[in-house]
Amino acid sequence: MKKTLFDKVWDKHVVQQIDQGPDVLFIDRHMVHEVTSPVAFLGLKNRNIKVMYPERTFATADHNTPTINQHLPVQDPLSAKQLDALEKNAAEHGISFWGLGHEKNGIVHVVGPEYGITVPGATIVCGDSHTSTHGAFGAIAFGIGTSEVEMVLSTQCILQPKPKKMRITINGNLEKGVTPKDVALFIISQLTTSGATGHFVEYAGDVFKNMSMEGRMTVCNLSIEMGARGGMIAPDEKTFHYIKDREFTPKGAAWDKAMDYWQELYTDEDATFDKEFFFEGAEIEPMITFGTNPGMGMGISKSIPTSDTIEGGATTYKKSLDYMGYNEGESMIGKDIDFVFIGSCTNGRIEDFRAFTEIVKGRKKADNVTAWLVPGSHNVEKAIKEEGLLDILQASGFELREPGCSACLAMNDDKVPQGKYAVSTSNRNFEGRQGPGSRTLLASPIMAAAAAVTGKVTDPRTLINS
Amino acid sequence: MAYDKFDILNSTAVPLSIENVDTDQIIPARFLKATERLGFGDNLFRDWRYNSDDTPKKDFVLNNDTYSGKILVGGKNFGSGSSREHAAWAIYDYGFRCVISSFFADIFRNNCLNIGVLPVQVSPEFLQQIFSAIEADPKSTFTVDLGQQKVTIDNTAASESFEINPYKKDNMINGFDDIDYLLNIKKEIKNFAQDTPL
Repeated sequence: MKKTLFDKVWDKHVVQQIDQGPDVLFIDRHMVHEVTSPVAFLGLKNRNIKVMYPERTFATADHNTPTINQHLPVQDPLSAKQLDALEKNAAEHGISFWGLGHEKNGIVHVVGPEYGITVPGATIVCGDSHTSTHGAFGAIAFGIGTSEVEMVLSTQCILQPKPKKMRITINGNLEKGVTPKDVALFIISQLTTSGATGHFVEYAGDVFKNMSMEGRMTVCNLSIEMGARGGMIAPDEKTFHYIKDREFTPKGAAWDKAMDYWQELYTDEDATFDKEFFFEGAEIEPMITFGTNPGMGMGISKSIPTSDTIEGGATTYKKSLDYMGYNEGESMIGKDIDFVFIGSCTNGRIEDFRAFTEIVKGRKKADNVTAWLVPGSHNVEKAIKEEGLLDILQASGFELREPGCSACLAMNDDKVPQGKYAVSTSNRNFEGRQGPGSRTLLASPIMAAAAAVTGKVTDPRTLINS
Repeated sequence: MAYDKFDILNSTAVPLSIENVDTDQIIPARFLKATERLGFGDNLFRDWRYNSDDTPKKDFVLNNDTYSGKILVGGKNFGSGSSREHAAWAIYDYGFRCVISSFFADIFRNNCLNIGVLPVQVSPEFLQQIFSAIEADPKSTFTVDLGQQKVTIDNTAASESFEINPYKKDNMINGFDDIDYLLNIKKEIKNFAQDTPL
């Protein structure tokens, strides 16, 4: 039987198949954060049980943490209580805990790969939909709800029906100024925000082969934004090189044993998918969103589609444009903006900060723009300083904040005010996502940089130094 | 934790004829700071339901006394976005036991099933019939019969069957949850864990 990459990893983890029911899936690595775990730990307490395999769970605080003055006590009492609960729960159950101030602290989907918790062929879950990020390494990684967090803590398993399979192949090369974020926003704009619901996606073709691990993480991260449970890319030499010798990756004989398994992780020729899509790299240009879901994106040179060309409800579409304060048929170039946010599990890695810095170098931050630069982890923060990026950023009028999810979901104080526009490298442009009444334009780090120095929406290709 | 058993629900319904209702709308992130599952219903659809000064927005359906009931009817692609189970908790805590739509996001659907809220997926045409029935008479009642896997518009007797995984159906009818199931096969899980490559 010909198998896909997804089949191979899934089948390897099925403990039991329930007749006419879901599979009992064994979970290799589980990550928890402060927001979606406390009720799960409470459930364990009520049942009077302990975490079954504490060495397979890792805890970090990220969603609800401040991004300035992290050395001081957290001001918001509710946030402080939630952070405290995670620390206590981790201690009680013997789970690694990388809290605020810990050198390994950072966004769960940034630190997982950094420390080698993320490996090919693994099943990885977390109470966060962007867990799909880890699929970049050829893992089956997906977000779960709190009841499921409780299942994994108590039994290291989860009950899941096997999703359908989809493959998205993009061959050819990307043009100048087109980044992995643009590739992802392009795919979502083509498939819509629900086009991959019920499916697990494999990304294949030259474009993904040639992409860095950071780029692959950005693409897989955004799989959920078209409804997919997750996305994955077959591991290759680039993957193995990236993970080798990281703290939690297998060593010695264990590495060799794992490699025997990992080398088999590719889709067999003639294996079948429930759905397939094919695109060419040259079709993609720098992308920006204009509406209130990530599927409402377009190439920067295009104009906002008219409602008669939109599939589905015109009422919902118009409501969305009203919220954004935009009209059908308009260009996005030159639109006023107020905030720029670079960070999040989507684009908060060192490569993203390098790309941002490359554009702002020798230019000045526009006076009308408030910029929040939030590294995905202390590791990223350290690299920004060590590589000299911080000096360049500061010379251009930017400051660096401390790691966390920050304005991506605005649980902490990093909120975009009512009615204001933010060009954001994060993952969701839902109504109020970045603060009540905020308006989000999703884009790549270089599009964000172009907006930050010009004070408006600008095609980043016009600023790329040749 | 076991939850309420779900058998047959007969109720009026609240219409929310908007597509792509994401979990950030169902419950915004700033209300996710609790460490217990309490009171989430107060903030259900917070920013659609209240102005920034906390006064109710008159045009939002939850603030309209004409509509009430234990069934929430939403547009296509209901529950997209974040995995926050808090969205399902908020819907439950507000008093809904069933959400009807023509399409659900995966994680939201699972979360509902795990806490005893029944997601009922119907055809776009039948969804439209439901919205029309409520529009014609807000006191229209609907019968959701989980055993028969059938939803009926009582006024017109029009009905449609819906899909649910037999295992999940059995869980909902009996009020069982997945953790009970998993705890019972711990021995098998332990044996399996010894042989995993990672």
